[in-house]
Amino acid sequence: MLTLHCPNCGVHADETDLHAEGEAHLKRFGPDSSDDDFHDYMFQRQNPKGVHFERWKHVYGCGKYFLAARCTATLEVFGTYSAQTHEPPQAIKDAISAKRPGWSWGDFS
Amino acid sequence: MSNAVSTLQGKVAAGEVTVREGGLRGMITFRGDLSNAKLKSVCKSLTGFGVPEMGKAASNGDKGVAWMSPDELLILVPHAETNAAIAAIEKAMKGQHFLAKNVSDARTHLTVQGLFSREVIAKLAPADLHPDSFKVGDFRRTRLGQIAAAFWMTDDETFEVICFRSVGQYAFDLLAASAKAGPVGHF
Repeated sequence: MLTLHCPNCGVHADETDLHAEGEAHLKRFGPDSSDDDFHDYMFQRQNPKGVHFERWKHVYGCGKYFLAARCTATLEVFGTYSAQTHEPPQAIKDAISAKRPGWSWGDFS
Repeated sequence: MSNAVSTLQGKVAAGEVTVREGGLRGMITFRGDLSNAKLKSVCKSLTGFGVPEMGKAASNGDKGVAWMSPDELLILVPHAETNAAIAAIEKAMKGQHFLAKNVSDARTHLTVQGLFSREVIAKLAPADLHPDSFKVGDFRRTRLGQIAAAFWMTDDETFEVICFRSVGQYAFDLLAASAKAGPVGHF
C-alpha cells in the first residue's frame, strides 16, 4: 500500500485518499510552439523502472495537488513536495541520491 | 422561503454506539487567504473561535470552524443564522479576494456517539485514528467507505461527521452497520 505525505494539509494519505495525476514537471508547449514540441508535451511520457516523479491530488482530503518522488520498482517514497516548483527541491534530490546513487530522470539527476 | 428539511430528519440508529442524523446545520464554505486579518476577525466574531491551525477544528454546540484546506474554512453556525453570517462575511471582507457560500442544504451532518465510536469510524476510513494520533480538536477530510466525508471529535466518545447530502443515507447506513457490528478492540 502506498501512503504519501500531503505537504498541503500534513496528512499521511492512503493511496485511496489520492488520485494519480500523471507525470510531474511537464513543460507545457502551447500556441506558437512547433508540432513536435506539442506532440511531446501531449503524448511523450517517461515510464521508468526506478526513480520517478509524479503529480498527485489529495482528492478526498484538501483537494490540492502535490508532487512525489518515488521508486516504481519498490514503491519506496523518497519524499513529497509542493506542486508550485519547476524542479525537485535539493532535499528530495539528496534523499534519492542517498538511496539510488547515479539516478537520473529527464533533465534531473 | 422554502421549508428546509434535513436529509434524514433526525433519524437515529440506537445501540452501544448511536448514530444520529444531526438535523439542520448552517455551513458556510469560506475561502480566502487564511492569514488575512479581516478573515481572522470575522471568523472569530461568527464562531467564537479563531482560524484553526492546519488539520484542526473547534466547535461548541452549533457554532464552529474547521480547517478544510490551505485556503478554505468551514464555518458552522445555527441554520437560521446562515444568511446573516454570510452577509457579515461579505461586509467584513469587502474589497478582499474571498468566497463565502451557503452549503448548509448541500450537506448532511451526523453524530456518532458511544464508547467505541472511534472504532466505528476507523473501520471505514483510511485514517490513523489511534487515540495518540487523532484527538478532540483534530479534523480530517477523508473517505468513509465509498464517499468523501470529514469528521472531528467533540469529546472522547463523540464524532461529528459531515458529507454530501446526496450520499447522506449511505453514510448513515454505513455508520449504523459499523456500529452494529460492534467493537474490534484494536485501540
